[in-house]
Amino acid sequence: MALLYSKSHEWVNMIDDTTATVGLTDYAQSELGELVFVNLPEEGDDVEAGTPFADVESVKAVSDVYSPVTGTVAEINEELLDAPGNINEEPYEAWMIRVENISDKEELMDEAAYKEYVSTLSEE
Amino acid sequence: MKLIFEIGSEGRKLSLLPECDVPETAVPEKLKRRSELHLPHLSENEISRHYTKLAKRTHGVNDGFYPLGSCTMKYNPKVNEETAALKGFTRVHPLQREDTVQGSLEVIKTISDSLCEIAGMDAFTMQPAAGAHGEFTGLLLIKAYHTDHNDSRRTKIIVPDSAHGTNPASAAMCGYEIVSIPSAEDGCVDLDALRAAVGEDTAGLMLTNPNTVGLFDKNITEITRIVHEAGGLCYYDGANLNAVMGLVRPGDMGFDCVHINLHKTFSTPHGGGGPGSGPVGCKEFLKPFLPGYQITVDDSGMYHYSVGDKTVGAVKQFHGNFSVVVRALTYILFLGKEGIPEASSNAVLNANYMRKKLDDLYTMAYDTTCMHEFVMDLSELKHRTGCSALDVAKGLLDYGIHPPTMYFPLIVHEALMVEPTETEPREVLDEAIEVLRKLYETAESDPESLHSAPHTTVIGRPDEVGAARHPIVRYIWED
Repeated sequence: MALLYSKSHEWVNMIDDTTATVGLTDYAQSELGELVFVNLPEEGDDVEAGTPFADVESVKAVSDVYSPVTGTVAEINEELLDAPGNINEEPYEAWMIRVENISDKEELMDEAAYKEYVSTLSEE
Repeated sequence: MKLIFEIGSEGRKLSLLPECDVPETAVPEKLKRRSELHLPHLSENEISRHYTKLAKRTHGVNDGFYPLGSCTMKYNPKVNEETAALKGFTRVHPLQREDTVQGSLEVIKTISDSLCEIAGMDAFTMQPAAGAHGEFTGLLLIKAYHTDHNDSRRTKIIVPDSAHGTNPASAAMCGYEIVSIPSAEDGCVDLDALRAAVGEDTAGLMLTNPNTVGLFDKNITEITRIVHEAGGLCYYDGANLNAVMGLVRPGDMGFDCVHINLHKTFSTPHGGGGPGSGPVGCKEFLKPFLPGYQITVDDSGMYHYSVGDKTVGAVKQFHGNFSVVVRALTYILFLGKEGIPEASSNAVLNANYMRKKLDDLYTMAYDTTCMHEFVMDLSELKHRTGCSALDVAKGLLDYGIHPPTMYFPLIVHEALMVEPTETEPREVLDEAIEVLRKLYETAESDPESLHSAPHTTVIGRPDEVGAARHPIVRYIWED
């Protein structure tokens, strides 16, 4: 299943119509730099498309991570709490949350569109 | 270099402590610790050498240029230390009777009056220990005011996205929800965004002016009017007061309460973890809520303590960091009514001098006359040469210059924020300009050497990631 991407640099892997995993893109992790801390929601929490569900801390700053979908957190990737660097090393493997009962989505891009979008950012 | 725990030997000690001159009382048995306290045993000589060694490895204002943006690392006149060390100030206790500490009370009264004049406020409390503590205290005043007016709907504090991170943090600590509003293209508050954000739920706005990118917000009176019309109050973060002290007053811009960083603007030592001092001032209508003591003077010239009838309570013991207050008052009296605005004018002049002498090479985040500091955007340089703001900052260390603030404000990528302050002569600025220009050329000709800078310091690039992920915060004794 191909990944979808948000403008705020999260990826979504739709497992089926109402379930997905969410993580940060390679571009996001390279802009943030080495992560030293990840703050995740709890299982059962509701997430809403376009609002923050987690935050990540690098040596530079703390940044919000926005949920691309509306739904309920079914599982969190607890491994990240002890190994935030996994996001830097393998951003597309290091999923942050698995969301179920997805009822709404942000406008998301496919890989080609996201690449195009990122290239406009680095030209600035 | 060895830690203090790793030097010395059992039984060594020093005799710096004076003899006890009050009756001794035995500590009750239940309060005594059960295991022996583990402390290093050192002679005075060893301690002295240890700290001298440490001092040699650091860089302070007394060592050289320290243009750390947003931190106002100005030189602290030594006369401040002299007054702060006067026995009449060091050998008193806050619980003494008023009539035995009249001098100390006069200090607090005089600095309160001076700060009222400088900030355009009507009263001050000296209790807050530093800037963020001042922010928290100011928000307590705003909260107490709305509560006093039985207005419980006001749950939100508006903060611009360029604000210091402490602003939203202080508001959250005070139980408020944060509404972040974006800056406009010109780096100032986006008025339309502000109009859209205010409403019945607005408790107040937190703002610093000049703002975090070193620009004076031209719409400031309109901004405070919009918030007031919505029923909110306006809080002035005094972080950048060094640009405008004695020139323009937060009270006249429409602010209701402020904090002032004595340790920055009024020249008391900072950067080593404190103590700081962040007095909070307010307009008359907020005065009853102030924490701590106000000093009043009666017809016979005697000073007295007074406490507001609706006080939010103490935010720190007694009168805050009193010895810092004494230093700041010394500075204020030394500069006087003419010197204070002159200091600010020179701070602005120094920043613009450096900015103009660099702007043909470095990209300025905002290409306009700045106040006391300016922000450079090194994105283009990084893109082209691979040398980041961090690399240039590290390169400065090899020339004995403390780096500017990096990667802040967050709205500018690859930011270097330079605040020269007014206490640097032109030669120092010229030298720093030359070094920055040289580093730019090095980034283009020999980027590798910048990636590995600094080459001359004891510590080069500390493992920041390792320190954040696995911090070691205490010494473990071997036994």
